Amino acid sequence: MHTAKTLRDYNKDIRAALDNAFLREAMDKFATAYPTGRANAFREYDVAALIAKVAEVKDQGLKRLDGLFAQFKAEAEKRGVHVHLAKDAAEANALVTRIGKEAGCRTVVKSKSMTAEETLLNHALEAEGFEVTETDLGEWIIQLRHEGPSHMVMPAIHLSRYQVADLFSQVTRQTQPTDIQRLVKVARRELRPKYAAADMGISGANFAIAETGTIGIVTNEGNARLVSTLPRVHVVLTGIDKLCATLEDALHILRVLPKNATGQAITSYVTWITGANPCAAAPNGTKEMHVIFLDNGRSALAKDPLFKQVLRCVRCGACANVCPVYRMVGGHAMGHIYIGAIGLILTYFFHGKDKAKTLAQNCINCQACKNICAAGIDLPLLIQEIRARINEEDGRPMSSALLSMAMKNRKFFHGLLRAAKFAQKPVAEGGYIRHLPEIFAKDHGFRALPAIAEVPFRDRFARLRPQVERPVKRIALFSGCVQDFVYPEQLEAALQVLGRLGVAVDFPMEQSCCGLPLSTMGEKAAAQDVARQNMAALAGDYDAIVTLCASCASHLAHGYGHLLGDSPEVQAFAAKVMPFSVFVSSLNVAPERFQQTMERATLHAPCHLCRGMGVTEEPRQLLKTAGYEYAPAELEQVCCGFGGTYSAKFPGVSENILKLKLADVARTHAETLVTECPGCVMQLRGGAIQHGHGFEVRHMAEVLAAHLKDK
Amino acid sequence: MEQSAIVARFRAKAEAVSAVVSEVETMAEAVAYTVDLCVHKEACQILVSGCDESLSPVGRDLCGLKEWGKIIAAPGIDAATRELLVARAKENGISVIENGLREHLGGVDIGFTVCQYGIAETGTLVLDSVSEEVRLATMLGEIHVAVLPKNRIAPTAESIADELRRMLGRNPNYLAFITGASRTADIERVLALGVHGPLELHILLVEEA
Repeated sequence: MHTAKTLRDYNKDIRAALDNAFLREAMDKFATAYPTGRANAFREYDVAALIAKVAEVKDQGLKRLDGLFAQFKAEAEKRGVHVHLAKDAAEANALVTRIGKEAGCRTVVKSKSMTAEETLLNHALEAEGFEVTETDLGEWIIQLRHEGPSHMVMPAIHLSRYQVADLFSQVTRQTQPTDIQRLVKVARRELRPKYAAADMGISGANFAIAETGTIGIVTNEGNARLVSTLPRVHVVLTGIDKLCATLEDALHILRVLPKNATGQAITSYVTWITGANPCAAAPNGTKEMHVIFLDNGRSALAKDPLFKQVLRCVRCGACANVCPVYRMVGGHAMGHIYIGAIGLILTYFFHGKDKAKTLAQNCINCQACKNICAAGIDLPLLIQEIRARINEEDGRPMSSALLSMAMKNRKFFHGLLRAAKFAQKPVAEGGYIRHLPEIFAKDHGFRALPAIAEVPFRDRFARLRPQVERPVKRIALFSGCVQDFVYPEQLEAALQVLGRLGVAVDFPMEQSCCGLPLSTMGEKAAAQDVARQNMAALAGDYDAIVTLCASCASHLAHGYGHLLGDSPEVQAFAAKVMPFSVFVSSLNVAPERFQQTMERATLHAPCHLCRGMGVTEEPRQLLKTAGYEYAPAELEQVCCGFGGTYSAKFPGVSENILKLKLADVARTHAETLVTECPGCVMQLRGGAIQHGHGFEVRHMAEVLAAHLKDK
Repeated sequence: MEQSAIVARFRAKAEAVSAVVSEVETMAEAVAYTVDLCVHKEACQILVSGCDESLSPVGRDLCGLKEWGKIIAAPGIDAATRELLVARAKENGISVIENGLREHLGGVDIGFTVCQYGIAETGTLVLDSVSEEVRLATMLGEIHVAVLPKNRIAPTAESIADELRRMLGRNPNYLAFITGASRTADIERVLALGVHGPLELHILLVEEA
């Protein structure tokens, strides 16, 4: 459970997680197994269409939550169910407590409910003298350990069989084996009497179907069936966002949820309960049944034009499953109660700014979650927006405000970068910063940092501009800050390639930083300002706006629409933005133009290229066309751990993601690692040097230029 | 899709989640299969890691309930089938119970049910469980034997949405989608069957109900 108030304290928690060998191994295994399982489960389906329909079904429901609630209430009450609405966690807990007391209950069995975790229901019930037992195996384990879940679907994924055996030995006061099959049976036996004794069962719900007043519960263990059957009182606690209009809506979500969560076609049990069912333990033979809908900010959220999509979440947990940060640190260091990318967002809304403030920083913006979300939620964008909101509410950190101020004025900002060249002089050596100033040294030594270039690209362009007669295309080159000031040689290589291929290149001098760092820091106003400046600078009559930086490309093409609104002007601008490899591919260059040396090369797909721009094939083909043997790396599309300012905030996580990547690249035995983003080059090249890997790290433009004939 | 193709798909999907699927001609055959299964199963699978193992006193007490010999719980089946089952079970020294399952929370050997629908897309059984005894039989049975008429298998849940909605709309209703045995992967993501409910699911596809 995340409680750290400062980044420094948070990094201590993160360090502890990174040093937990079992956790790291468990997370690695899971991260490796999950994509395969999910792909198998979706093999016969059009996943994008399924996800789009989940989004549509949820959006339709969210538009008329009040109506659905009224309909559900009427249908359920007609069938003898008590339906309640709780405005916040305290009210929900008080309702459950009151129901329990009025019905004379003392012992409670629960099946898994994230909503009950959200309200910390167990604490409230125990404080009132109820004995509460979680019956989902994972939940029971963490309850016994007095912990919160570390994953929404697999709450005890952070624990080993040895820890569970120790725990069960304490519970049974007998030595228990470490064999998992036996441990599961011990739980079966120990929990069975709990059901038998319980007066009240509490469950969550995955669906609340308005047309029939039915709740739907998705489980694998079947514990929800016993919880809803044996005790004489059943209380369902669920968010109002689980309301849906029809059975078909629920069935559609059900088709996606288990596949996305665990790679199962469907869970072992889906339980549909309508009305007060027979119950032999009840005095009148009929179950006392309550459904409590929790608002806790949801109805306000449903009216927020941007954040309403948060309520589409079906709690599959996939955003954690694919998150490179989660893979490194696990759920306890990446969530307060809700885990993973959605957890970063929900924590702010359900548990407040204080809990969310440092947590919301822990997103590397790799877009992997957006790509996998069952409901098509733009999670990385919303996390940035949360940072912006926190900045607004709290005042911004000095660094953020200064950066924002500097970047709004291009000349001043570029002046700062030029000045940085002199500031680094005592430590820069051979193009790298060899000895980091003291304040950075401890955490940043995991990669060699490049030095600021002697002469930035913008001062070299006039001399290097290719002279092209009868150009096939006319483009504006957008450099981004890193290439302009750190890696001008990448842009020079691009000029060589483009010139030889008959492309007329312009470099509008008024261009500035794309503004992505401002957006990720939550500096929205400055980001909008910079976006307008760049649109004006690049407004000429060009066939394309080409950039060698995937992050810039993605931000220019998609970020500006979000920042400035999707006007026709912004759309026309966005449509012209092309990543370098896509533009070069569009020229249909023959392999004969390149020396076919067949050197072995592998790719790192920058997050903002493969997911941000949806580009995967062009770089592969281009590499082959340019005379390289393409050796695919297993983790080609996994983030390198850079994430701009992320690596400065969370160096421990950044370092460990980098190590994972480098080891994966080494397994391909490639001589060159090729990528298309200067940030990735900085991270990967710095890591390769620091860890003594034999391969070179180069930008696509450089490897194309190297093989180009008749330069 | 031809019904035979739908049945084949159901079978493949159910087997993919380790259900044991067999085809039988008649209910009499289904009854014979079930009793035979009961005869050959271990007396109490829960005890495989139960009585012999270290349990807390409360956990151990439940074993005391298992003094009945073998039990098949078969609530909610038609009279003719019940008659067949009782006769066949009796020949083999097995008790058949239809209600009072709360007295058997330590577990029964087999829960025997007849399902209303099957869903081929996922190999799922649809079982009307408004009767508490049916719910308990399918949870307390160490093996769940489910009979499913072949002509009741639909390609998808949506294709029988109107029928399902009619069932859900009843007052009250408890409808179960069952796909494979009770499972968990909560310890180290290792699959384990029978965490709370059945350790095995057997599906008998019957030609005529």
